[in-house]
Amino acid sequence: MSRRKETVMKKSGEKSICIAELQNQILQWQGFKQVERKHDGLGLGELEQAFPGNVFPVGALHEFICGNKEEEAASSGFLGSLLSFLIQKDGVVLWISGSDQLFAPAMTSFGLEPDRIIFVQIQKQKDLLWALEEGLKCTAVKVVVAEIQEINFVQSRRLQLVVEKSQVTGLLLRFQPRVLGATTCAVRWHIRPRPSYVQDNMPGVGFPVWEAELLKVKNGQPSRWQLIWKQGNLLVEQLYKAKVSVSTDKRKVG
Amino acid sequence: MGKRYAVLWLPYLLTDWYTKHHLDCADEPLVFTVQLRGRMAVSAVNPHAEQLGVVPQMLLADARAAVPQLNVLSDKPARKDKLLRAIGLWCIRYTPLVAVDTTGCLILDITGCAHLWGGEIAYLQEIDRQLCQRGYQVRSAIASTIGAAWALARYGISGTIVPEGIPEKPLLALPIACLRLELSLVEKLLKLGFRTVGHVIGLPDQVLKRRFGNELVQRLAQTMGKEEEFIIDPLKPVLPYTERLPCLEPIKTAKGIEIAIEKLLDKLCQRLIGEGKGVRKVKLSCYRIDGKITSIEIGTNRASAHVKHLLGLFKQKIAALAPGLGVEVFVLEGISVEDATPVQELLWSGEGSLDQEALAELLDKFKGKDPTCSIRRFLPDEHHWPERSIRLATSLTEKRMIAWGRDRPRPVRILTPPHPVAVTAPIPDYPPMLFRYKGEVHLIKKADGPERIEREWWVEQGEHRDYYYVEDDQGRRYWLFRLGHYQGDRSSNWYVHGFFA
Repeated sequence: MSRRKETVMKKSGEKSICIAELQNQILQWQGFKQVERKHDGLGLGELEQAFPGNVFPVGALHEFICGNKEEEAASSGFLGSLLSFLIQKDGVVLWISGSDQLFAPAMTSFGLEPDRIIFVQIQKQKDLLWALEEGLKCTAVKVVVAEIQEINFVQSRRLQLVVEKSQVTGLLLRFQPRVLGATTCAVRWHIRPRPSYVQDNMPGVGFPVWEAELLKVKNGQPSRWQLIWKQGNLLVEQLYKAKVSVSTDKRKVG
Repeated sequence: MGKRYAVLWLPYLLTDWYTKHHLDCADEPLVFTVQLRGRMAVSAVNPHAEQLGVVPQMLLADARAAVPQLNVLSDKPARKDKLLRAIGLWCIRYTPLVAVDTTGCLILDITGCAHLWGGEIAYLQEIDRQLCQRGYQVRSAIASTIGAAWALARYGISGTIVPEGIPEKPLLALPIACLRLELSLVEKLLKLGFRTVGHVIGLPDQVLKRRFGNELVQRLAQTMGKEEEFIIDPLKPVLPYTERLPCLEPIKTAKGIEIAIEKLLDKLCQRLIGEGKGVRKVKLSCYRIDGKITSIEIGTNRASAHVKHLLGLFKQKIAALAPGLGVEVFVLEGISVEDATPVQELLWSGEGSLDQEALAELLDKFKGKDPTCSIRRFLPDEHHWPERSIRLATSLTEKRMIAWGRDRPRPVRILTPPHPVAVTAPIPDYPPMLFRYKGEVHLIKKADGPERIEREWWVEQGEHRDYYYVEDDQGRRYWLFRLGHYQGDRSSNWYVHGFFA
């Protein structure tokens, strides 16, 4: 009997490995190329569990939707903290935008040295898209951030193809997009500022608190968290997590 | 093809120059004098004076005793060099490489130049004639080495041309001083009976070296062409980074122009790589068959000799060229050429450091596509005033001199210029209770501050700012400031300057 149980166990083990492999293949076809898992995620903790394979998708496109200036600032802050995780010790960030609103020194508080960011300011939307694509092609940069209002499906597909090849991470900050259509972005975020906590009614403003919502995530679970940026760490508290069945049924991916 | 050199010696340079301007002195003995250890000594003489026995280095008193009718002029120390330099620059019409040597001769590297004047004889005659017309007597010679040409110009017959390959023969009878030796060495040689070059040329090098030192052997070898000698500092460094491409048929298609550029870049970059240099600015001039010239220019963020990259930059601009009926000559000119800092290539491709070639090339592409785009990198500056707290980095690899300030909160997004807001503030120096920004009232729940930042008086005049880091009831965080002091009788000027994350 014990022997039979063993074989069953073995079989089920093989099965799970097989399924995992198949899932991996599907992911690869969908553009998630986890070439080699150099690191087990970025160290974002609970945040990463919403993504396929429990790993923050590097080498993909992320969209950050912001409805107003305050949300844009919160998104920029969150971007800064993400960047500090993404480009560890060495690495260059290309920040392409149409304005010069980002105040570089603030990035120090998110653990990112502002002199490692190269700001490119391009007025024309068309040229900005071109620059974004060229930036994503270039393997000398690790992350490209682009402040771009509109991007349609075709344009994003172009970027996706580039990203798949070069494995550069693209972060798109979209301020008040007119149309929120389908794009090929792997993740769509929405960051809102939330009141900070101060212990015992002490005066002053506490550490920045954001509510991060994953509106859309390829093969992952749309979720919502409360994030606190505290002395170089991102403290994550889950507020909401979509059930797996719901996500596959109702949420359209891609 | 072997090197060819011409040496011009102007024996009466100073006096010729003077008589050129004062024709009445032309037939009188004339000397220039300088102070030499407290006495007046003759520094330059004209032919008349020389005939009467006055030579340079002679004391003026002796010269006057011998020739009472002597015209004496005082010399200025740098005058001779200045004149020689000017004549050297004038000679650039005959060859691009002209140098002035320490003995007061002009050395011309005439390799590949003489045929333009119909051979070396005609070339030398032309130079002599032109200088004579300008009132200067000149002694000249052409040889395959600087040493031989110098020796012949100074001590041989003027106008001698030594054909390529046999430098010794006309030199053998010349005095030993023609080898450009130090005076003490010449005296020593003369004392020992070595009067001419012929006397020393047959002796073994080791013997000469032991007796007279390395200098004699080296000079001899240089003169005889056994050791190479070059013009070290030409008067006018050549602007060399230019390539030409004449075309048989006029070219007017974009593809044709592209091929032409590639050919030119190939040649230019090959040379640049050999010299360890790179271009920062390249200009392509197209000479059209209707006589007009159109040109495009590209720039790079760091010195580059990468054909593919430079071609890519040109490709972005080919559309701006108007070939008209066709282009017959393309000229590519490296306007600004810098030493390329060699980048150590990694065996594996490293991820993003600022000194990477690919990054610089990417930024060049941006600049090429949209010249109005700004590419900036910020470094901390030693100012507290927010607008001045950062400065632009001058290059991609510039390191920061001071650390980034971390002690004070700074907003992620900043408004330039600050936006005025209406504020209700309770007591002086307390954070406001509420403010109205773009029609919306924000109730302030938490606040930090004030942080007073003075306008640095040595930079500009004006009022200070008191900054508050405030958070409203919905958790939105702002950077507000009051301009100047609190004034009870009238409302203060409040502004929102940025948004915190």
